[in-house]
Amino acid sequence: MITRHACASNCQPIAIAEIPALPLEDFRAELAGQISSGCQLSALFAQPCSAQAVRLFAVTSETTTSTLRLLASDVPDRYPALTPSCPAAHWFEREIAEQWGVRPEGHPWLKPIRFHPSYRDGRDAWDRRPGRAIAPCVTDYFQVEGEEVHEVAVGPVHAGVIEPGHFRFQCLGENVFHLEIELGYQHRGIERRLVGGPDRRTIHYMETLAGDTTIGHATACCQAVEALAGREASLRAQALRAVALELERLANHTGDLGALAVDVGFLPTSAYCGRLRGDFLNTSAVLCGSRFGRGLVQPGGVAFDVDPSRCADMQRRVEVTFRDVAGAVELLWHSPSAMARYDGTGTVPRAVCDQLALVGLAARACGVDRDVRRDFPAGFYRFAQVPVSTWHTGDVFARAYVRWLEIQRSARFVSEQLRALPHGELRRGLGPLRPDSLVVSLVEGWRGEICHVALTGSDGRFAHYKVVDPSFRNWIGLALALRNEQISDFPVCNKSFNLSYCGHDL
Amino acid sequence: MFPILAERIRQRHRTISFPAGDPPKIPDRLRGLPVIDAAKCIAGCRRCVEVCPPDAISISDRGPRMDLGRCLFCGECVPACPEDVIAFTQDYRLASRTREGLTVGGKALQLAEALDAKARRLFGRSLHLRQVSAGGCNACEADINVLSTVVFDLSRFGIQIVASPRHADGLIITGPVTENMRLALQKTYEATPFPKLVIAVGACAISGGVFAGHPEQHHGAGSVVPVDLYVPGCPPHPLTILDGMLRLLGRIEADGEKSS
Repeated sequence: MITRHACASNCQPIAIAEIPALPLEDFRAELAGQISSGCQLSALFAQPCSAQAVRLFAVTSETTTSTLRLLASDVPDRYPALTPSCPAAHWFEREIAEQWGVRPEGHPWLKPIRFHPSYRDGRDAWDRRPGRAIAPCVTDYFQVEGEEVHEVAVGPVHAGVIEPGHFRFQCLGENVFHLEIELGYQHRGIERRLVGGPDRRTIHYMETLAGDTTIGHATACCQAVEALAGREASLRAQALRAVALELERLANHTGDLGALAVDVGFLPTSAYCGRLRGDFLNTSAVLCGSRFGRGLVQPGGVAFDVDPSRCADMQRRVEVTFRDVAGAVELLWHSPSAMARYDGTGTVPRAVCDQLALVGLAARACGVDRDVRRDFPAGFYRFAQVPVSTWHTGDVFARAYVRWLEIQRSARFVSEQLRALPHGELRRGLGPLRPDSLVVSLVEGWRGEICHVALTGSDGRFAHYKVVDPSFRNWIGLALALRNEQISDFPVCNKSFNLSYCGHDL
Repeated sequence: MFPILAERIRQRHRTISFPAGDPPKIPDRLRGLPVIDAAKCIAGCRRCVEVCPPDAISISDRGPRMDLGRCLFCGECVPACPEDVIAFTQDYRLASRTREGLTVGGKALQLAEALDAKARRLFGRSLHLRQVSAGGCNACEADINVLSTVVFDLSRFGIQIVASPRHADGLIITGPVTENMRLALQKTYEATPFPKLVIAVGACAISGGVFAGHPEQHHGAGSVVPVDLYVPGCPPHPLTILDGMLRLLGRIEADGEKSS
């Protein structure tokens, strides 16, 4: 039998040479076959491999066996797009086109996603002149025609304290036919600067590529580096990372429930949750001095330990804060005027969710029973489990309710882990990284699946580094949730996803 | 109605008294104002310089100098130094009116001075700000947002974040100013009526932060608009931002005492 892919588990490094480079048609058939048998596309990216070609790498993940499959194919400047047979590839192929000047022919909506020049000199997927300024979000938009159809454009600068993005609505009266989301304003060129690392900036790029997911991305990177160095962090360090990751989830979920309340004008819950979010952040600050967990997660372990009194302080804070969150959120569920705005609003059909491979709580709110912490356990989640929370309605209510279910489970997890932290050294020195290797590191961040893929060269440095933030996967979910909704429900739909602009733009 | 009232009582009054009353509670591990004991610095040793991710440290003839406008407050320089020259204190007061004022080592941090009397008459009791994130990672943004919660209750100082630059007395800017946000920032500034203030929050907005040197960004707000107040940190603690704004408005005096 011909090997068509390589297999690995989460954070298991393999030699790049083990991944067979298939002819494109075999690659396409293999990818389609895997997806139809229940795998999900976790990453699709390209790396230049010669003057004329780039190598496509696909990573698929299969929950039932906790297996990651890797396949590759070399493609020239133009190739028949994968998206028509694999819709989940749509955003990845736009990214590949923009980064490497490779044109996936037949892609249904091939536009830039970040608005930067191609990384390969002289090659541009849209034949734009080299050196010409690229204006962000100046591009074609899908337009609905008709006498009373109108277009609403919002952003990049929004009304709240929020990151920039551009939203284009096609409306008939209040009704939204279609929403198109264009991003790229936050593009800081991070992925490109990771090549040649790890170096003194690497961990700080991870902490700031989506600042509200500091622990999630820093953990994903450190697990990848540790796997390539062949040395795990101690159990104690892994447990503290898990505690910090759940605190990050608690803070963000709590803040989001408050924000969802403010968008329907229900002020009690919003006022309390705004404060309580800060109390979870302050618990992270007790651990490491930073409300966002900056400086905690380091390659080889963590930078801060907890003695019994600090541990008790953190436990007490989580318990007290959780109790107040429960009180604040109960009000919301018992407020018919708030529930009327959430129920049946912004519904993502399950079939759409599956086809586009949405991730994280947005997918679990469509009934998808998938969570990296259980399905691809790495780090401390191999030893301590968090039950997976799902709801089946796919609407704003479901995304709010799954947050509340996850808050309950994360709070319990944090309390349990702090009660019995394993022993171990805080941080271990790491040797050189395995050369010519690839590792996939998955972490269930508070928004969903974080996927990092690190490839080393013969010198053991990063030859390529791919970051897939959950927002990269889920922005299309928000766009589709708006179909046939009222434009006035956009804020509440948007908050129910609360996606990252910078995590997408990198 | 009754459960709402009962919950309201249970959630209690939560607004901190800052700047009046007892000093605010600061986490003991917070990395605030660094102090430099230059006498202990070994000539020729550059370990702190070598480990600093955003190149915030330089060595002068009077020992290490730290540019808090670049500093990420990551603390990597502390264990790197064999002589314990650098230590981070819990002092959260960091904002300055000038870029040069943010340098420590051989000189003290120059804390923000109040606006002149005329500007204070205009803004001292009512300051409306429009926030622009220009490549910010959502950490600075989040801790600006937190100032509007019941804990800090920014509006008790007459300060509000507003939805349009047309309604604003100034901008509060985060992020290194990405190439893709440069024009939008410029237009937002132009849309804000004169006289106006600009507050740059976080290492990115002051210097580009960890992204300094990337061609995709412009090394902070100062490259596009004039800046009146710099608030260092990555991200700054909410109290650091609030303290800076209140100093600017002359509501906290230079010696740290509250003025009426």
